[in-house]
Amino acid sequence: MATTYRRTPTKAELRRQRMEELVNYPLDWLEERSGLVGGVRYFLFRNVPSDVNWMQTLGSAALTAFLVQAITGVILAMYYTPSASTDPATGKPVAWESIVNITDHVTMGWLVRGMHKWGASVFIILMFLHMGRVFLFGAYKYPRELNWIVGVLILVMGMMEGFTGYLLPWDQTAYWASVVGINLNGTAPFLGPWLAQFLRGGQEIGGETLTRFYSLHMLVIPAAIIGLITLHLYLVIRLGVTSPPWSKEAAGMEPEEEEPVTARPGLTRPVPRTAGGTAMQAEPGGRD
Amino acid sequence: MVEPEHPSTDTEHESLHEEAHLPPPTLWPIGFAIGIVVVLVGLVINPELISSIGGAITVVFGFLWARDATAELRGEPIVVEPERRQMREAGHGMTAPPADQQGVALPHVPETGVTRSRFLEGATLGLGGVIGGLITVPVAGFAVLPGFLGQKQHKVDLGPVSKFPLSQWFVTTFIVDPIEGEVSRRTAFIRNNGTVSDPKTKKQVPSFTIISNHCAHLGCPVQANGPTGAILGQPTVIEHTKNGRVKLDPVVPAGYGCPCHGGQYDIEGNRTAGPPVRALDRYAFEIDNGNLILLSTYSVSHVVGTGAQAKIYKYKEAGPGEHLDGPEQWFYPLQPPHH
Repeated sequence: MATTYRRTPTKAELRRQRMEELVNYPLDWLEERSGLVGGVRYFLFRNVPSDVNWMQTLGSAALTAFLVQAITGVILAMYYTPSASTDPATGKPVAWESIVNITDHVTMGWLVRGMHKWGASVFIILMFLHMGRVFLFGAYKYPRELNWIVGVLILVMGMMEGFTGYLLPWDQTAYWASVVGINLNGTAPFLGPWLAQFLRGGQEIGGETLTRFYSLHMLVIPAAIIGLITLHLYLVIRLGVTSPPWSKEAAGMEPEEEEPVTARPGLTRPVPRTAGGTAMQAEPGGRD
Repeated sequence: MVEPEHPSTDTEHESLHEEAHLPPPTLWPIGFAIGIVVVLVGLVINPELISSIGGAITVVFGFLWARDATAELRGEPIVVEPERRQMREAGHGMTAPPADQQGVALPHVPETGVTRSRFLEGATLGLGGVIGGLITVPVAGFAVLPGFLGQKQHKVDLGPVSKFPLSQWFVTTFIVDPIEGEVSRRTAFIRNNGTVSDPKTKKQVPSFTIISNHCAHLGCPVQANGPTGAILGQPTVIEHTKNGRVKLDPVVPAGYGCPCHGGQYDIEGNRTAGPPVRALDRYAFEIDNGNLILLSTYSVSHVVGTGAQAKIYKYKEAGPGEHLDGPEQWFYPLQPPHH
C-alpha cells in the first residue's frame, strides 16, 4: 500500500481501502498486463513549460477537427453511394441523389453533412494556424525539425482529402472543379500527364474516377493521416513542448523533478519522466 | 475444482503481486460450457424441460466459476496446484554431460560461416520481402494499370450525314460509351463543309469540322458564343443511334468561350484570348453507311484557313494545358497511352 497507517486502521478506513481496491481492480488488471494505464498517465500528465500559451492548443484543436471529420465521415459513408450511373427512375446520378437524401431526408443528415463540409475547412485553417504558431515560436528548430516535416506531410494529406472529397457530391461544381484540378496536375512537367491519367483512372473523368476518389478519400489518405499524427504526437511527447520565445526560463535548465505524488493506491506506479522520454519500461511489482 | 493437496498456510495477499499470476486450475468452466450446450440442445429437443436443466447447470457452475475467479479479490487465499510431473533426471540427454567426462560442455561453434541467428534474421527479412512483394505487385498493378491499359477507342454514331445541312454549325452532344452512360456524354461543335478533293486520291471526300468543347486550358466545357436553336427559330434535332440519344442544337457561333477562366477561341478553335496554350482539340471522323461516325480526338496547335480549306496543325492527343509546339513541349516528352 502506498499509505502506511501509524495506528490500527479503523473499520471505516478498511472498508474504504477495500472499496478503492475493488474500483481500481479493472484498471490494475489492465495495467499489470499491458502498462497502458501508466502509458496514458505518462501521456496526459507529462510536464510542460510553466509559461505555455493558448496558442499552443492549436495543434490539439486541429487533432479534434480531424477526429470530427473521421467520425462524421464514417457516418456519411453509411448513407453515401459512390455511383456515377444514372437512376432510371429519376434520370439523376445515384451519387448526387444519395447526397440529396442525406441532406433532406435522413434524420440529422443535414447536420452531419454540414459538420463534415464545414469541418473540412476548419481542419485546414487550424492546421495553418498551428503551423504559424510553430513558426513564430521557433518551435521547428533543433531537435524538432522532423516534426515540422511530418506536420507538413499531414497538411499535404489534408489538402488531398479536400481535393478528393470535393468530387463526391457529384454535382456540376464538384465535377468541373475536379476536371480543372486533375488537369492542373496534368500540366506538371514530365510525369504530369501520367499523374492525371492515374487520378482519372482512364482518359476521361467518369464512374471510375468517382469510386477511386472515394476510396482514396475514406481509406487511403485517412490511414496515412492517422499514421502521421501518431508519429507527430510521439515526437511531441518525446521532445516535449517548447517554451514561448519570451520565456524567462533558460532552455535546458529544468530543475530535477520531484518524485511524482500519487493520489491513489494501485494505479500509483510512478513513471520516471526524463527529457529523453524513455520512461515507459515496465517496473517489477505494482504495489510497494 | 481440484482440492488443495498442499494448502499453503502462509499465502499473503500482498506478496502475490510480485509473482506471476497464473489462474488457479479449475473445472467449473467445463461444467458451465456443458450447461450452455444442454440449453442449446434443449432449444431443439424440448425447450421447457431440457433447456431448464441446462440453465440450472449453467447458473450453478457459472456461480462457482465466478466465486473461484474472484477469490483473490475477496481476500481468500489462493491455492495453486503443485507441480506433480516428475523432473527428468540428469544424464538422459537433457543436460550437458559433466565437463570432466566429455571434453567441453558446450558444442564448438565454428567462427566462420553464417550463425543460426544471422540465418534466421536473413530468412525472416527475405521471406517477408518476398511475401510483401507478392502482395504489393498485383495490388499496385490493379490500382494503377487499368487506367493506362486497354483504353478502348469508342466510335460514336451521330446518325445520317443528311441531318447536317451544309455550312450549319451544331452543338452536338452524344454518349461516348453506352455502358458508362450519361456520365460519358460529350459535346462537339460540328459543321458540314461539303466535300473536298483528297490530295492523294484526287477524289471528292466529305469534309466536316468537328471541334471538341474541352478547353485547352484546363478542360472546362467551352460554350459557343452566339445564338442557338430557340433564338434562331430552328428546331433542335434529337436522334437515337446505337450510341443512345444524340442532340443536335443549331448555333451561329462567333467563336467559343470558356466559363471557368475566360479562354476565348475563334470558330476554327484558334485561341484568341485568355490562358489556353493552343487551339481546341478535334475529332477524327469517318462516314459509314451514310452515317457520321466520330473517332478519337487529336490535338491542334493552330489552324490556318477555314472550313474545307483549313490547314490543321495536328498533334497526338495531349492533355489540356500542355504545349504542343515551342520549347514548352519539351516538358511533355512522353504521353500516357491514349486510344
